[in-house]
Amino acid sequence: MTDNQKPVTGAKIASGFAGEPVQSPSGAHANGVDANQVDPIVAAPTEPAPPPAANRIITEILGGNAMISFLAIVLALAIGSVLIAFTNPAVQTSTGYFLSRPGDTFSAIANAIVGAYAALFQGSVYNFERSDFINGIKPLTETLTFATPLIAAGLGVALAFRVGLFNIGGRGQIIIAAACAGWVSWSFPMPYFLHMLVGVLAAVVGGAIWGGLVGLLKARTGAHEVIVTIMLNYVAYYLVSFLLRTPGALQASGSNNPKSPAALDTAIMPNLSNLLSVLFPGAPVGTFRLNFSFVLVILATFLVWYILTRSSLGFRFRVVGQNPNAARVAGIDVNRMYIVALVISGGLVGLAGASQVLGTNTTGFTAGIDGGIGFDAITVALLGRSRPWGVFFSGILFGALKAGGYTMQASQGVPIEIILVVQSVIVLLIAAPPLVRSIFRLPAPGSPVRAARRPGRLTEVVTK
Amino acid sequence: MSSTLSSPALAGATTSPVHEKVIVRDWKFPVALDFFALVALIIAFAIPRAGVSAFRLSTDSDVLKLAPVMMPTTSTVIVVAILLTVLAVLSHWFVLRGKVGRTPLWLTAVFAILVLFAFLTWAASGHTIQVPGLLIGTLTLSVPLIFGALGGVISERVGVVNVAIEGQLLFGAFSAAIVGTVTHSPFAGLIAAVIAGVLVSFVLAAFSIKYIVDQVIVGVVLNVLVTGLTSFFYAKVLTVDAATLNSPERFAAIDIPVLSQIPLIGPVLFRQTIIVYVMYIAIFAVWFGLFKTRWGLRVRAVGEHPTAADTVGINVKRTRFWTVSLAGAIAGIGGAYYTLDVVGSFNKEMTNGAGFIALAAVIFGRWDPIRATLAGLLFGFATNLQNALSIIGSPVPSEFMLMLPYVVTIFAVAGLVGRVRAPAASGKPYIKS
Repeated sequence: MTDNQKPVTGAKIASGFAGEPVQSPSGAHANGVDANQVDPIVAAPTEPAPPPAANRIITEILGGNAMISFLAIVLALAIGSVLIAFTNPAVQTSTGYFLSRPGDTFSAIANAIVGAYAALFQGSVYNFERSDFINGIKPLTETLTFATPLIAAGLGVALAFRVGLFNIGGRGQIIIAAACAGWVSWSFPMPYFLHMLVGVLAAVVGGAIWGGLVGLLKARTGAHEVIVTIMLNYVAYYLVSFLLRTPGALQASGSNNPKSPAALDTAIMPNLSNLLSVLFPGAPVGTFRLNFSFVLVILATFLVWYILTRSSLGFRFRVVGQNPNAARVAGIDVNRMYIVALVISGGLVGLAGASQVLGTNTTGFTAGIDGGIGFDAITVALLGRSRPWGVFFSGILFGALKAGGYTMQASQGVPIEIILVVQSVIVLLIAAPPLVRSIFRLPAPGSPVRAARRPGRLTEVVTK
Repeated sequence: MSSTLSSPALAGATTSPVHEKVIVRDWKFPVALDFFALVALIIAFAIPRAGVSAFRLSTDSDVLKLAPVMMPTTSTVIVVAILLTVLAVLSHWFVLRGKVGRTPLWLTAVFAILVLFAFLTWAASGHTIQVPGLLIGTLTLSVPLIFGALGGVISERVGVVNVAIEGQLLFGAFSAAIVGTVTHSPFAGLIAAVIAGVLVSFVLAAFSIKYIVDQVIVGVVLNVLVTGLTSFFYAKVLTVDAATLNSPERFAAIDIPVLSQIPLIGPVLFRQTIIVYVMYIAIFAVWFGLFKTRWGLRVRAVGEHPTAADTVGINVKRTRFWTVSLAGAIAGIGGAYYTLDVVGSFNKEMTNGAGFIALAAVIFGRWDPIRATLAGLLFGFATNLQNALSIIGSPVPSEFMLMLPYVVTIFAVAGLVGRVRAPAASGKPYIKS
């Protein structure tokens, strides 16, 4: 979306290989391919070697445009409105006498929908009922707080997507990462800030191991990562449940609950309000929950952007994601890429676990620490089209839905589960651009009508 | 990047595998059996549990009563451990000398039963295990798994990965509860569950076949969608008006005249509700349909090689669409089992991951309805065993018992337990060229 993921030129691809001395024999291959690729006239009439279907589909998902995303969000909110109106008590009463006074029904429907979405906005962006700016903007910081783990985990899922892998194991990776970070946070007293960084590192390592296990199984035995990750979610859940109720393992001493001890103060992420009051003494700072993990997530987004678009590793990732058969021929060790990708992916999801345990939930955690983030991350990654900054902004959108959803539930009586409906409809529609196009009667990309409007494309159509 | 690195040169370069005929001596089974036998020996000698383990085989309502079986714990476990060792050695012999180079199935089955028996004897030292209760509980927990797994099997056999089993179960349960309550008829509820399962399948089929969205993505998202929808209506509508919307009349248990009098098996299998009897029929029907009828041949052809099926005039997309719908119908009945039989009302997220275990049963059962049923029973048994053992004070932490099905599935998928091969075109959309 915002990052420059636009066509990589042939020269760049070749240099990506040339920069890799080990791969030099296969560089020739890549150059040969590019010669075909750069010239559209040569490429057009020949039928290229088809990559496996899964890779083609992922490419197609990634290739959609922002318009489809926007329309999908609009449609999903419309479906949400129907649910809100349908279950609203005022609407139900007024439909009872619809024929005598239809206006009542329509105004009740409007009230219900406007009320719900106004609450959603007030809970996620800005609350106009507050007098000062600091308190008014607090919902936005809540949005970012909810978005933080979603972005981190979404980046992990997205990175795996780019390599053609489905990481559905976010839940397990977060649970394991949380256990690792938690264990560091209360067992090893360390200086302030350093302790937190070590805790984050432990979480990332924990998540990376849990993710890498999947990569190892896939690379060595060909086990399908979808099944393995789903199964490892449960294994992680029961493993950590066991540790949380075992004295001497992760259970808080002197307690019978399956809950961990609280993190030491030195390990807790600095709060944004505290940071601001240190940086700008005397400035009015509110009481925000937003913490340092948001900074880490921004850094992680940069890192993933760098890996995917600026490093040779990222280039190999993308080649494997596009067509593993071609990648293998070009001398890329596909199995190794699977392992590396899932290690990095698991590490990023682990960061989400760290932000939970060291950031927002520092008083001890249970085995339900992931709070659905692992699964939400998949929808975040899909909405962000697996681009780092796309994930960043879709994470913020989903964070806003979550933050606003709680307000909507409290003030309007609309259950928070509606957010799940909205999210899943968004992703379903984004995954099926033709459906959205047919609903809004948009022309398909590359169709003659559209190409004719853009003279630059005309030649391409003619050659085909 | 859309068409980078794809050219005729590369297409030719992807080498086709060379087929050689060799006897593959599969050492995975013997090694696995060695491991279990060793663990059994260690437990038998290093962690002996004194006392007597009793197995009660009859319930009070039985006509023919069997006497409880009493086993001295220590000696029984030692004897069984030695038997296991013998079997493990035998398996080595079969692999080394046998013509097939594989461990025979009967040996593995006997071995598994003995392991189970040894474990139960060891764990139940000084206590009584209610065998009928254990088995009834197993069946109760397995019914949704088996329905879900049957739905998964036929869906994957036609080439559509059905990750949405969880959603089909949940929506089936939800619809059965509402319709069953409103109409005061569990049969209407059952039909509603079937329709609900089909509806979820329609979305899965439409998106994966018409719009060629990745099947796994659609499945995962559908689960979220159904969870969201049912939880939303549960919180907003069902809890507000539980009496008129969420208290369906349950099916009554029906005794099959003669069969239900068989000791041990009778009460477990033949004193059940109509949903369980439907399940028996469904297991047979899916097996018969898939492997003995023309329809089944077509379904499997579409799932293995859609292009070939298309060439001989089978409409691939239509076959896939209706077969996936049938899969949804079967899984939907499994959902109805929750609300019309075992639980009696709908709860938020009440399927609790059963759909994913059913998916595991599909793979563990190697895409075969009978084997998938057995896998479902095994998973149900493992879960129920944990319940039974927690009553008598299990020596093994319950979490590890609960973890077992998932670990076993990982091993199965990783090919350590046995070769697992999915239908060739499963998960791949068919794009007619």
